[in-house]
Amino acid sequence: MMLFKLSLRNLKKSFQDYTVYFLTLVLGVAIFYVFNALDSQGVMDAVSASTREIIQLMLTMLAGVSVFVSVILGFLIVYANNFLIRKRKKEFGVYLTLGMSRGGISRILLGETVLIGLISLAVGLVIGVFASQLMSILVARMFEADMTAYTFVFSSRAAGKTVIYFGIMYFLVILFNAGAVSGYKLLDLLTAGRKNDEVRVKNPVISGVVFVISLGILGYCYLSVLGLLGVVNRNRIMVLILLGSIATFLFFWSLSGLMLRMVQARKSFYLKDLNLFVFRQMNSRIHTMVFSMTVICLMLFLTIGVLSCGVSVNQSLTAELEELTPRDVCMTKSMEAGNGQVEESAGKGIAEYLSGKGFALSEELREGYVEITTYTLPGLTWEDTLGESKEQVMEQFPMLDWTQREELVPLSAYNRMAAFYGIPTYELSEDEYVLLCTFDSMKGIRDMALGAGAPLEIGERQYVPKYEECRDGYLSMSSSRTIFGIYVLPDSAFENEAFLPYCNYLAGDYRGDSEEEKSFIEEQISEATKRTPIYVVSKLSLRESSVGIGAIMTFIALYLGIIFLISSAAVLALKELSEASDNRERYQVLRELGADQGMIRGALFRQIGIFFLLPLSLALVHAVFGVQFVNRMLVILHGGSQLGAILFTGVFLTLIYGGYFLATYLGGRRILEE
Amino acid sequence: MSAILSVNNMEKYYGSKGSVTKAVDNISFQVEAGEFVGIMGASGSGKTTLLNCISTIDRVTSGEVKVGGKDITKLRGNALHKFRREELGFVFQDFHLLDTLTVYENIALALSIRHVAPAKIEKRVREAAARLGISDILNKYPYQISGGEKQRTASARAIIGEPKLILADEPTGALDSRASRMLLLRFREMNEKLGATILMVTHDAFTASYASRILFIKDGRIFSEIRKGNGDRKSFFNQIMDVVALLGGDLNDAV
Repeated sequence: MMLFKLSLRNLKKSFQDYTVYFLTLVLGVAIFYVFNALDSQGVMDAVSASTREIIQLMLTMLAGVSVFVSVILGFLIVYANNFLIRKRKKEFGVYLTLGMSRGGISRILLGETVLIGLISLAVGLVIGVFASQLMSILVARMFEADMTAYTFVFSSRAAGKTVIYFGIMYFLVILFNAGAVSGYKLLDLLTAGRKNDEVRVKNPVISGVVFVISLGILGYCYLSVLGLLGVVNRNRIMVLILLGSIATFLFFWSLSGLMLRMVQARKSFYLKDLNLFVFRQMNSRIHTMVFSMTVICLMLFLTIGVLSCGVSVNQSLTAELEELTPRDVCMTKSMEAGNGQVEESAGKGIAEYLSGKGFALSEELREGYVEITTYTLPGLTWEDTLGESKEQVMEQFPMLDWTQREELVPLSAYNRMAAFYGIPTYELSEDEYVLLCTFDSMKGIRDMALGAGAPLEIGERQYVPKYEECRDGYLSMSSSRTIFGIYVLPDSAFENEAFLPYCNYLAGDYRGDSEEEKSFIEEQISEATKRTPIYVVSKLSLRESSVGIGAIMTFIALYLGIIFLISSAAVLALKELSEASDNRERYQVLRELGADQGMIRGALFRQIGIFFLLPLSLALVHAVFGVQFVNRMLVILHGGSQLGAILFTGVFLTLIYGGYFLATYLGGRRILEE
Repeated sequence: MSAILSVNNMEKYYGSKGSVTKAVDNISFQVEAGEFVGIMGASGSGKTTLLNCISTIDRVTSGEVKVGGKDITKLRGNALHKFRREELGFVFQDFHLLDTLTVYENIALALSIRHVAPAKIEKRVREAAARLGISDILNKYPYQISGGEKQRTASARAIIGEPKLILADEPTGALDSRASRMLLLRFREMNEKLGATILMVTHDAFTASYASRILFIKDGRIFSEIRKGNGDRKSFFNQIMDVVALLGGDLNDAV
């Protein structure tokens, strides 16, 4: 009982000192609950079946991410706890000299951990339950669900999961603590308070050289991800990430040796106010901070990357959707036999095939729907058209099927379809062709061929490209730009007998005015095309899936972003706060020398500020290049304005990271002034 | 009258009604400019409390403390910091040097805090260091130098701001006898050549014998006062020992 009292008292004491740690735990629990309780928000009943599927997919992904998140939080908790225990070595030493057994100390720690665990879980869950109500509004907005029938929801499943996951983390902490206590020697415990006063000084020449090297590596990585140093494939990017991480470490390592010297060289700055003290102070511990600075910098980089990419993907999906879905519905059907296709359908167009099955498409679609057919030419495969740049293509698309035939469409057919979609039509003279391609990386390769002339021989006749690069254009609606290549040729070219019908395209608008009528027709059509070789893409389904993908991206980005951010900020905050309590004496000396409150607060502010800013600045630079790379990789994006994503990330970062900074500064101030 | 410091009816009580401890019980004295005054007393006699009240680290219960004619017990907030910064220099038993700074920087910091122009700092630090004989250790860290050198560094830091009054709290407390003598000679030099006014608290008769006047404190009151006059340090030391004997040997117990 006495031990429990001691735990309680210690807890109260450390509660003041380590508010940041406790708040981080509460925040972690709350966020964990919120993202695991998304399904029970009642949104599910208010959305369509296909959206429900998407939400289900999102939940599965979030569940996976949750495991990852719990690993990160687990590390954070174990790290922070070990850190706090180390600070209390002397206290344990006193307990031991007073005759308490190691088991007793372990029990004190056990009591503390259990108490902290229970309180943080309880508080976190309460906050989480309320926050998830707000979240449900966000979810409803994203999935465009009607949430008039709003009810307050508590997800016992999510709560249970939270309790179990965090229970495991706290259990690990308990194990670590037991190990830590039994590992210490009494003498070490008692003398732990005495600090090692030695100030290590790094050789400035070595620091300088390493600094230049780290900048060199970083520069190389930046240029590489911009694509200026050759093609970046999957293996290469792993190498770049590794190099970048090492360079980040070297950067901080060398900076720790150089920073003081750089500042010292500017005497008028160094000898002003308490600058001298601030930089010496930082210099005395930046050596021990190099590793954690590196980790925090990389975490922040991830946060910024994940957030801004998640948001910009969502934005560009929505922006692009309108452009890519000009009509209500679009169907495609192969004209070929074989490949598991039903023989009787071969060679038939979509309308013909459906009417053969007793379904009159013309009754469901408005007048003026367009149906066209594309062709292939035996012997005209990707290998023929891309052969010259084969190695390069291989590198980017190792899975590419080289026997894939090129798709060709008569000019008049394409123009009819294009006019219907409202996208550019073309004019060709008798010996010209146009190549359509929207898939960015493929486009690059095809452009090279076009630039070199790339004549196309069909029978006796030869065709040359009208343009030196690929043009935009499509036959089937899609939520992304994935046209690998379609040749548009003059109609006369298709008089050649060798052409084989390849694919039938049909696009139209539903005979309906309201959303209800349209979705009724959509259901009719999807019923009629079930188990047929017809593939249907509709504006409604595209919008739903696009909204869904956007929402998934945003949620996962938010989830990971918050966790990364609070983890790194919490580590920094803990380090700074414990530093502040170690530095009490030093600040006392400053006061004796006559430094007033303003000067001392300013020194503390600068000290904490620099430690928060250093990893953030480098992470921002990393992010500037990293985000561009991701955008290039996600070829579905078209440029667009990223301002929104950047703003969102900025606000988010300022709120959470800035909040931690402020809390640390105020906490540090309280420690120094009490 | 050129009293740098005048303490009038100073009282400092600890505790609440019922059980009041009078740490300083109605003490009055004055220190003239250029004086080197020692305050002696056993532990618990109230000498450190007295010093803390003068240095504004602690507050008096009643009475006034005038430094340069200004009553510092009325000062609050930044005026207090300003006073401490501009009028006082401190030397502590345990040095209070910053271990992250070199000797040079420890001394320079005192000037930085006083907002002295960075261009002037270098010269003044070197001068002060030369005066205290620590020129060749300027680039070392406190953990690399001896206790005597640390205390001389602290002394250099105390005089560099040219304060009206230097307060020294058991400055030789952590030093061996050789280093003590070194330091005290420097103190006397500072006092005689630079005209620095020094108020030094000690319980050690040898240390006290370097002062020119000694106040003995017992139970929070001034018990006795002796002046060096024209005799040498040795006879002054014997004089001190006589008073110490009179005090009842408490002092020696504390040594």
